Amino acid sequence: MSTKRVRTGQHFMSGDHACAEGALAAGCRFFGGYPITPSTEVAEHLARRLPEVGGVFIQMEDELGSIASVLGASAAGARAMTATSGPGLSLMLENLGLGVILELPIVIVDVQRGSPSTGLPTMPGQADIMQARWGSHGDYEIVAYAPWSPQEMFDLTIQAFNVADRFRVPVLLMADEVVGHMVERVEIPDADQIECWSRKRPEQPPNGSFAPFEAGEDLVPPMVHAGEGYRIHYTGLTHDEHGYPDMSAETHHRLVTRLVEKVRRNADQFTRVEGYHLEDARIVVVAYGCTARSARRAVRLARRQNIPVGLLRLVSIWPFADEALRQLVPDDATFIVTEMNLGQISREVERVVRRPVRGVFHAGGAMISPEPILQAIQEAAQ
Amino acid sequence: MSASMLDGTTSLRGTADPDRTAAQIGAAINVEQHPLDQIIRAERMPHIWCPGCGIGVAMRAYAQAILDFKFPVDDHVVVSGIGCSGRVAGYMNIDSYHTTHGRAIPFALGLKLANPKLVVTVFSGDGDLVAIGGNHLIHAARRNVDLKVICVNNFNYGMTGGQAGPTTPLGARATTTPYGNPELPFNLPYLLAASGANYVSRWTTLHVRQVKEDILYTFAKPGFTFIEVLAPCPVGFGKSNNIEDGLEEMELYRQRCVLATDGDVRAEELDIDLREERPIYVGRFIDRDRAPYQPVVIHAPGGAKEG
Repeated sequence: MSTKRVRTGQHFMSGDHACAEGALAAGCRFFGGYPITPSTEVAEHLARRLPEVGGVFIQMEDELGSIASVLGASAAGARAMTATSGPGLSLMLENLGLGVILELPIVIVDVQRGSPSTGLPTMPGQADIMQARWGSHGDYEIVAYAPWSPQEMFDLTIQAFNVADRFRVPVLLMADEVVGHMVERVEIPDADQIECWSRKRPEQPPNGSFAPFEAGEDLVPPMVHAGEGYRIHYTGLTHDEHGYPDMSAETHHRLVTRLVEKVRRNADQFTRVEGYHLEDARIVVVAYGCTARSARRAVRLARRQNIPVGLLRLVSIWPFADEALRQLVPDDATFIVTEMNLGQISREVERVVRRPVRGVFHAGGAMISPEPILQAIQEAAQ
Repeated sequence: MSASMLDGTTSLRGTADPDRTAAQIGAAINVEQHPLDQIIRAERMPHIWCPGCGIGVAMRAYAQAILDFKFPVDDHVVVSGIGCSGRVAGYMNIDSYHTTHGRAIPFALGLKLANPKLVVTVFSGDGDLVAIGGNHLIHAARRNVDLKVICVNNFNYGMTGGQAGPTTPLGARATTTPYGNPELPFNLPYLLAASGANYVSRWTTLHVRQVKEDILYTFAKPGFTFIEVLAPCPVGFGKSNNIEDGLEEMELYRQRCVLATDGDVRAEELDIDLREERPIYVGRFIDRDRAPYQPVVIHAPGGAKEG
């Protein structure tokens, strides 16, 4: 195999490996992680590949340390990432909050397995969706994508780095065991064809008047890296525009509101959905990740029976695509949400469409097959 | 000094002009800039530490060591966790990171590995580094990653009001050990020596010069280094254990500290019990040259050059 940073060409590759190659193509220079099924192949692949391109791979003592090391590397200027599964994500949620409040761009890959607790280590799940959204304490918004193929493991890893850097936020790639271990065609473009959104950097040189956390209209402050002479202070305490702790209700409200609004106001730049046969659909199936593959099959089978059904696939899951859902789907459509949990994204759909939706749920362990989804479509069509 | 100061008319508690405001008195005293003002965020003073606390002494030694070291100030980075000692990051006028409880070391590791030219110091307390951060501490020492750790040990959790921690001596009282601490504490030099640190020493806040010299020494010492600085916490540990104030604990250090040199005291014997009439050994216990952690670099053709 080529030792180039970007392995341009056609490959037959697993999702976990495609994720690792996507990180390299995005310019990732640091990976700190802890082995956990079914994400381990991301770490293993980067252990081999990062040293080839001048990057750093380190296996940490646990996931608490993994995410802390990734945040530190980001603070020093590197594109940095970790990969884990549910039990590891639980441990990382502490410092996910630190990433939010320090506004450090990082990428966290969660290859979901059956859960809660140790659950089904080698089998798929999609039950970390709400944990990804709400797991760390406090008010914040998170950006998360749900790849449905090895190709998207590559593409969305790059997208995750771009959004993280541009908006100074942690970004989650919520994969699942099926997509992580599935082997499919992955097309890697030329290095110069890979889109790169860079970090916003300070325009003024280091001097006393610089307020490092003063944000412009996009609410994103320019990012200062360690060792540049700005003598910046970063703290997880509520801080003012100079970065200094300020224990006042006013400053707290201003900071938390900006951090939340930063994501909400810019969301149209990074939320993504895909529609199949939505134009004349009276019934809409909402799905994401590997479950969307079964949902697409079910929609095709139902179309052959002349049922007016379409699929809305969530490429990004957080922030939830409220607007897309309202715009792409007729007001009176019947909704079916299918996911490998007992109802998580279905709540979001209900919130947006303001009526109950049908669910095709499974707790995980195996992909939901097209049949129960088709059956739900047929029932809805009657 | 002016004649008016000599005759007492501008002294702070001067009686010559009782109507002068504090601001007027302040304006009359022309204080030159403190030599450390360039490296301490003077605008953030006063600090949060209690009267008699030892953390400021250790921070002062760190600040002086940065100025005395050959590297530019802007190459220094400090990372802290949570707690009273964790506030040091907020007072140092260098790139400074006040992170989460226990995670200062892995955060610092990421900084150092992503930018190896930085001199990365972790300045935190015993509860932060040894209890909640204990796993990171021993693994960073094992890897011998190039981090400079200054651990202020005040035998309790000061910030939260004086609870027992992993360094609280057996039998000592704390708000969570009202009947005396039933647990044995860590002997930090022994722990760090066993974990693999390249350099391990212990001093107290009485040993200002030694602490500064040691920090300076460790800046140039490759690998993981660990300096334990015993410090009074009069309102936390002191009050609960019949140590009247910071000065009394300093006096206790003066009477009991014994310099251990040339390996004349085994690491196993470095336990501390302030209540017992036994020596507190201080000194440099470990100074060795295990290979520091280096990330693997493969210079494969066509690999490293490209963007």
